Amino acid sequence: MKPAFSVIFLTTLIGAGQGLFLALFTHQSYALFGLLPMQSDAFYGYGSVLVLLLLIGGLIASFFHLGRPERAWRSATMWRTSWLSREVIALPAFMGIAFLYGVSHLLAYRPEVVTLPSGLIIDLSVVLGVIGTLLAFVLFVCTGMIYACLRFLREWHTPLTVINYILLGGSSGFILAAFYAASAAPDQADFFAGWAIIITLLAFIGRAASLVRNAHLKAKSTMQTAIGVKHPHIVQRSMGSMGGSFNTREFFHGKNEAFMRSIKPTFLVLTFVLPLLLLAIGLFSPVLLGFAFILQYAGLLAERWFFFAQANHPQNLYYQTIG
Amino acid sequence: MTQLALVIDLNVCVGCHACVTSCKEWNTSGSAGPLCDENPYGLNPTGTFFNRVQTYEIGQYPHSETLHFPKSCLHCEDPPCVPVCPTGASYKRKEDGIVLVDYDKCIGCKYCTWACPYGAREFDEKAKVMKKCTLCVDRIYDQSMSEADRKPSCVKACPTSARLFGDIHDPESTVSQAIREDGGYALMPEWGTHPANHYLPRRKTKLKIHADELERADNPLKVDGQLPKPGKDESSMDDVSAW
Repeated sequence: MKPAFSVIFLTTLIGAGQGLFLALFTHQSYALFGLLPMQSDAFYGYGSVLVLLLLIGGLIASFFHLGRPERAWRSATMWRTSWLSREVIALPAFMGIAFLYGVSHLLAYRPEVVTLPSGLIIDLSVVLGVIGTLLAFVLFVCTGMIYACLRFLREWHTPLTVINYILLGGSSGFILAAFYAASAAPDQADFFAGWAIIITLLAFIGRAASLVRNAHLKAKSTMQTAIGVKHPHIVQRSMGSMGGSFNTREFFHGKNEAFMRSIKPTFLVLTFVLPLLLLAIGLFSPVLLGFAFILQYAGLLAERWFFFAQANHPQNLYYQTIG
Repeated sequence: MTQLALVIDLNVCVGCHACVTSCKEWNTSGSAGPLCDENPYGLNPTGTFFNRVQTYEIGQYPHSETLHFPKSCLHCEDPPCVPVCPTGASYKRKEDGIVLVDYDKCIGCKYCTWACPYGAREFDEKAKVMKKCTLCVDRIYDQSMSEADRKPSCVKACPTSARLFGDIHDPESTVSQAIREDGGYALMPEWGTHPANHYLPRRKTKLKIHADELERADNPLKVDGQLPKPGKDESSMDDVSAW
C-alpha cells in the first residue's frame, strides 16, 4: 500500500493523545487510592490540554485524507458495519470527554458523585476519567480494526494490529507524560517513566511478533487465482493502461528494496531502543525525556510508514506491467 | 432475487479494447458527470476507467498463449467494499444486485478500494469521489431505448460477443447456461466474495476428421469394385472412380 501521510499523522498523534490521557488518569487513580500524592488540578488540567492538542492535530491531519472533506459528517452514519465510521464517532466522543476532564480540573469543579462505603470520594473528574479511559480504548480498537478487519491485507489481518496500536500509542503517551511530569511535577516523573519503560518493552514484543508473523506469510492469492488460469508460468504483458492508474498509485509504495530494508531497523531503533535508553538514564531529566518523546515520535512515523508499505494488496497482481 | 452480471468468454475475447472505449464513452457522457482524464495526449495519460483489458502470456515461448482479460467490477454477491464504507455511499441494490456508489455521498476516503481484492474501483481525481462499473444502470432500464439496446455499453460494443449479460440467479438465462455448461468460474474464490461476474475459460477448439470421412467408406459405388481407384494427382468423380 502507499502510505498516506495524513493517516500516518492521524494515527500517531491521536495514539500519543490517548496514551497521555491514560497516563494522567492512571496517576490520578493511584493518587485516589493514596498510592501516590494527588497532584494539583493544574497538573491534570494542563495535561488534558496537551491531550486535546494532539487529538485536534490528528483530526486536522485526517481531513487531508478525504477527497471531499466538506462531507465528512456523513461518515458517522454507517457505524453498524464500518470500523471507520465507528472511529469517526469515537474520536470526537473521546475529545469531548478529555475536554470535560480538563475543564473539571482547571475550574476545580469536582462535585462529589458518590462516596464509596470505604469513605473514598468519587468526584466528577474521576467519573469523566473512567469514561475517558474506556473511550480511549474504544478508539484504539476502532483505529486498529480499520486495518485488522481487511482480510485481504493479511499483514494487517491479525489481533496483533489492534494490540500494537494500543501499546505503541500507550508507549508514546506515557513517555510524553514522563516528560510533562519531569517539567511540571518532577517527583512524579519516575512513576510515568517506569510505566513508559514497561509499555515500551511490551510494544517492542508486540511489534516484533507482528514482524516475525508477516515475514512468514504466504500469499493466498496468486496469479493463478487472480485470472483463473491453472498454469505455473503466467506473466502480465499489459495492465491495460500506458500511464498508470489509480490502482498503480494507491497500492504501491514506490520505494526500492534497499529503502524498505533500511526503514525497519530505523524504526526499531528510534521507537524502542533509543527511547528505552533515554528513559533509563534520564528518569529525572526533562531534556532527555523530551528528547526520548521526539525521537520515538519520529520512529513511530517510520513505523507507521512501514506498516502501510508492508501490506501487499492482492489487487497488485493485476498491475505488474505497463505495456 | 435477481443478480445481474457479465459473463466474459476468454476463449473469444481478442483484446481489441472496444469494450473499454465504449464504456468510457457512455459513462463519461452521462448525468453523473465526466470520468476524469489527465494528460490524455501527454506523456503519462491517466484517467478513471470502469473497465480495463489486460493481457497475459501463459506458458513459456514457444509453448505460450496470449490471454486477453477484461476486468471490471465483479458485482460480488457478498461485496467486501460495501460494509466498510463509512457513509453508506457504497451499496448493493436489492432488486438487481448491482453494486453502486452514490457520488453525492462519497467522501473520497478510498477505504472501499482497500477492501476490494480485485482493484475494481478507481478514484476520480477531479470529482474526488470513488467510481466504478455501474453495469450501465442508466441504460439497462431506459424504456426510451429499444430492447436490444438495453444492455451495458461494453456488451453492445464487443465485436466477438465475448461478453454476455443477464441474471445469473435465473437458471434458464444465457449467462447461467454459459456458466453451467462452459465451465464458468469466479476470480479469487479464496476470499469468499462470490463475484457475480464469471469468466469462461480458454478452450481448445479442434475439428476431428477421420480417414473414413475423407475416403467416403460408405460410397456405394465402391462396393462392386469395378471402377478403378484414381491416382492422387488425378481428378476424381463419383461416377468414374471408386471414391
